[in-house]
Amino acid sequence: MALYPRVESSQFALEMQGISKSFGPIKALEDVTLRVLQGTVHALVGENGAGKSTLMKILAGVHQPDTGTIVRKGKTCSWKHPSESIAAGVAMIYQEFSLAPDLTIAENVWLGIEPRGTLLGTYCKNRMLADTRALAERNGFDVDPNQKVENLPTSTCQIVEVLKALARNADILVMDEPTSSCGEHEVAVLLEMVKKLSRAGTTIIYISHRLEEVVKIAGDITVLRDGRAVHTGPMNGLEIPDIVKHMVGRDLDDYFPKREVEVGSTALSVSELSSQGVENISFDLHWGEIVGVAGLVGAGRTELARVLCGLDPSIHGSVELDGKSVKIATPAYALSCGVMYVTEDRKRTGLCLDLPAAWNMTLPCLAELGMKHILHLGRENEIAEETAKKLSLKWSGPGAPASALSGGNQQKLLLGRALIAQSRLWVLDEPTRGIDIAAKVDIYELIGRMAAEGKAVLIISSELPELFGITDRILVMRRGRLVADLVTSETTQEAVMQFAAVDNGRT
Amino acid sequence: MNKLVRELLPFGSLILVIAILSLWQPDSFLTLDNFLNVLRRSSVYGIIAVGMTFIIISGGIDLSVGSLLALSGMCAAGTMIGLGGEEPPAGIIALGTAVGLLTGAVGGVVSGTLITKLKLQPFIATLGTMSLYRGIALVMYDGQPINVSSYRYLGEGTLLGIPVSLVLFLAVIALAGAILQFTRFGRHTYAIGSNVEAAHHAGVRVDRTLIGIYILGGLLTGLGAMIAMSRTVSAQPTAGVGAELDVIAAVVIGGASLSGGRGTITGTIVGTLLISFLRNGCTLVGISTNAQLIVIGVVIVFAVALDQFTRRKAGDAV
Repeated sequence: MALYPRVESSQFALEMQGISKSFGPIKALEDVTLRVLQGTVHALVGENGAGKSTLMKILAGVHQPDTGTIVRKGKTCSWKHPSESIAAGVAMIYQEFSLAPDLTIAENVWLGIEPRGTLLGTYCKNRMLADTRALAERNGFDVDPNQKVENLPTSTCQIVEVLKALARNADILVMDEPTSSCGEHEVAVLLEMVKKLSRAGTTIIYISHRLEEVVKIAGDITVLRDGRAVHTGPMNGLEIPDIVKHMVGRDLDDYFPKREVEVGSTALSVSELSSQGVENISFDLHWGEIVGVAGLVGAGRTELARVLCGLDPSIHGSVELDGKSVKIATPAYALSCGVMYVTEDRKRTGLCLDLPAAWNMTLPCLAELGMKHILHLGRENEIAEETAKKLSLKWSGPGAPASALSGGNQQKLLLGRALIAQSRLWVLDEPTRGIDIAAKVDIYELIGRMAAEGKAVLIISSELPELFGITDRILVMRRGRLVADLVTSETTQEAVMQFAAVDNGRT
Repeated sequence: MNKLVRELLPFGSLILVIAILSLWQPDSFLTLDNFLNVLRRSSVYGIIAVGMTFIIISGGIDLSVGSLLALSGMCAAGTMIGLGGEEPPAGIIALGTAVGLLTGAVGGVVSGTLITKLKLQPFIATLGTMSLYRGIALVMYDGQPINVSSYRYLGEGTLLGIPVSLVLFLAVIALAGAILQFTRFGRHTYAIGSNVEAAHHAGVRVDRTLIGIYILGGLLTGLGAMIAMSRTVSAQPTAGVGAELDVIAAVVIGGASLSGGRGTITGTIVGTLLISFLRNGCTLVGISTNAQLIVIGVVIVFAVALDQFTRRKAGDAV
């Protein structure tokens, strides 16, 4: 290919050439070529459904390509099974970790390939610890191999996954959205890790929706769109808008819909609220207002949402909704007050994945759809279809299981609940985590539209550009306390980070 | 397509079993009497299995149904004989029946409370109550059965020519099916079984719903107990030993998932009938009761394995 004119073929750690793959009538990949230079960080980006995961599943030996070849170290490979790909030194690190929480770091790293002890059936613990330490040091990581995995932060779990792969002699790591469940601080740790790895000679294929990160660490980039590689080449000089343009095939100069809304009377007034995870929180939220909550992971943002929505008990303080004092002690009561919490963890606390999509949408508001206890199935389907249209939700029908939908569409199911329930106060926790750009834009538009209709929105996000794009005010939390209440147009991302991360001599 | 095949699978197996037996033993099997007999016999476990369907869909399990069956019978019969003597009047019989049903419901309250308030796993909680109820049933009259010779209506009576037990079975099926498909309670049952955390977040009153589910299960067990007692005109403290296995098997053969969120009343009925017809067929062709266990065991494993297999296939396609 002309893109790397002076590069010898042997310098590629991996060449996937002319890969095509169809599932039934659907062409998932068409003539995709991905060439990854030895020791680089190669970003693979594209919207959901662009073919990233299919391509990576082919690389992992899960799927076999219809046409095309994979060349590893000058040898053509055809993998029939994931074990063959692993044996060839390719390791996948997925969003969901595959670690055993009760075992130590060292035990996880060597799980299944433990160094044999002198007695039959035993293993040598000391060697395992020493090997782990050596492996970590060689790559510049600082971990205690004796620590249990259970309580480790996400970023350290990533490191353990990486060590696990390296212990199996992997020299190509595929990292799928490694930062999707991390806060700003942990992202920095992870990016540093990726840099160290590539410096130590490991080749990394980095899949992420967070283009800010991609720009920071990738040496090369390949953009997939609709199953084709639409752009591939070195990163230098490429800016985020350029990448977005490749991804969506059109200019997206306006990520964030602009809107002018008259802010109304006080919707929510919180004073001196404390719970298990938050301390002495006071703020106001008005009808028609969008207020962001920024902070590092563990700053108490989700805990604030939980106590407001009746998921955690409050210990102290009061909450006024529309001027009336309320005690929201259960999620059911929150819903009846018109308060809708949309969780940060769709899979664990949001959706009933194996139930129909429509059921997921209507679950909190069944009583309003029929008689109180008797369901009106026809009306339910009607409303679900209608809401799906409003949200430009893509599904094969209301009866499709929620698990069959993409992340963005699953998120829309949860947001659809708030539409159907006609909630007045929306508490959104990381509503755009791990979803593609088109869906993000849909969600920003929806939030803006709701504010314009006079609803109040509290939005927790770890993506500062997002908060700055859509909010009127930003609350900053640190260690369970509210440390700043800022007007978005009068502050900067740096100032917010400063508040979120730095102790100004206070405890 | 695949989903349709999967859902029709238990039904297909049932048809297949009936077809084979009809060809094999046309004279003894393919008669109205035999069919009515099988249906009447399946009514007790069938009714209990309907309750178990709710419990399993909610992600739980109830191992105590066999013991509760015995205990409900003993309490009902004890009331009848204790208050009315050898030939209790109709009022006392009705009261005894109510006590039997109530015992079942109270059993459900106990299980439901242990599971929701003490946060015991359903398996452990009902393993405990299974032993507890059996013990009480045995201790009550020193392990002796109670004869209630005049309690015949549920077991032998007919309504418009149809056995009363069968009428009750059909009514329970219709009612429970409607509850599961067309009420908020039914929908919440599915939601809790599919993802209890998500259900809680969505405002489902999880504890209340679960207790309701176990009460329904207990009530239906009580009803099954009354029919069983009437059929033998006696209450046996050892009645229903191992019933939980047949009942759970029927629900699972019917396509319900032990991890919750999946199952239907129709599936459970098909599962119940499949087991009943197999038993009946085995008897007709001369396989001993002991050897029947082998046949049933093989069918259960085969049915569930096939279900898992088709499910995995379907999962691949997504």
